[in-house]
Amino acid sequence: MSYAADVGALARKDLLLELRARDTLPAMLLFVVATFVVFHFALPAHSSELAASGLLWVAIVFTALLGLGRAFVPEREQGVLDGLVLAPCDRSAIWLAKGIATFAFLAAAEVVALPVFALFFHGLRGSTVAGVALADVGICAVGTFLGAMAVATRARDLLLPLLFLPLAIPIVVGGVGASVVASPGRYLGFLGLYDVLFGALCWASFEYVVTE
Amino acid sequence: MVSVHRSHRVSLPALATASLVLVTLALALVFFVVPNDADQGFSQRIFYFHVSIAFTAYACFAGGAWKALVHLWKRDPRADLESYVAVHQGVIFGALVLITGSIWAKISWGHWWLWSEDQLVLFLVLFLFYCAYFMLRYSVDAGPQRANFSAVYALFGVVLIPVSFLAIRIAKSFIHPVVFTRSGPNFGGWMLAAYCVAQAALLVLAYTLYRLELSGKRLDARLRELRLA
Repeated sequence: MSYAADVGALARKDLLLELRARDTLPAMLLFVVATFVVFHFALPAHSSELAASGLLWVAIVFTALLGLGRAFVPEREQGVLDGLVLAPCDRSAIWLAKGIATFAFLAAAEVVALPVFALFFHGLRGSTVAGVALADVGICAVGTFLGAMAVATRARDLLLPLLFLPLAIPIVVGGVGASVVASPGRYLGFLGLYDVLFGALCWASFEYVVTE
Repeated sequence: MVSVHRSHRVSLPALATASLVLVTLALALVFFVVPNDADQGFSQRIFYFHVSIAFTAYACFAGGAWKALVHLWKRDPRADLESYVAVHQGVIFGALVLITGSIWAKISWGHWWLWSEDQLVLFLVLFLFYCAYFMLRYSVDAGPQRANFSAVYALFGVVLIPVSFLAIRIAKSFIHPVVFTRSGPNFGGWMLAAYCVAQAALLVLAYTLYRLELSGKRLDARLRELRLA
């Protein structure tokens, strides 16, 4: 099988599992909407629109963490990862397929979350949506990679946020910049640069995470 | 095996002597020879240490990442421990950057912490990142998997450093419109000499500590092997 077919088959498996079990997506949706309500009460009255835009990014990063923490749980519980590593496919396909599936969940959650944000707070700019799309790629690339590592450690769920948040700071900078400044081109470019750099790094080194 | 001892060209006592001499020389130059800064006065002297410590920390992180690459690439069994020790030294020097930077900020601008200082914020991010490195390393049992995880995470660090630096730079335009500027580059003669000596002293000191910790860790591993045998 070609690389693309491997990735497609693996990603389809994850999406099918989610369709049948509905483990992750409803939790992410509920979490992100509940977070917005918390933010409404956390923001003092008459606080600026900019503060809400910043908080949107906090909500996105934490919602993504919720999904990423679950990403490799089926593999761990059923011992699927050993089988996948033994399968005659490139190991990076495992990362790419999982990243695509996580991206699909995150995007699905945001398709609901962004209009809800616009409704609850002060509308949405086109550049914010573009920023979210670019940031999702980086979040899923790095997060899936770290999720695969975290799930193999003793600390498991505890470790992923610690590993992920320092790496997510540039994403938040780019995203907030794209949401609040008048000419967001620079920030969108920065998010794209992040996606390319970390995507390439994850793609090249994932093999070492699943093999010894 | 870990017990294989590489023959280093410079012995540890020689390195320790060199760092003692260089650090003493640097202290003497910085406190007794260099003239006061026209702008910031006596307190500016912390610059010679703050900046050299920061550079040394970068060098440690870069060394750690290089050893990580060697581990992944050549499967050199010593590289994992060497990478870990280099990152460990980097975190120690990184903490010193935060402390000296904080002291300098308090004296110069009256606040212990300034988000407008790029390098300070960058070191905070790196400090958090490399603390997570230790969390990761100590929640995996010793073995090839731990070595791989540590190596891959250390490699993330070298990409994160420039990306975070860029991020902090571009974040300024919406977080801190006002940018502090240091006094002009009237930097020459004794000031340059003192900086170079301080930089050399700290690099040699870091290398000495690295070698010391490495030999201690290797001795531990060898002892454990003997006890098991």
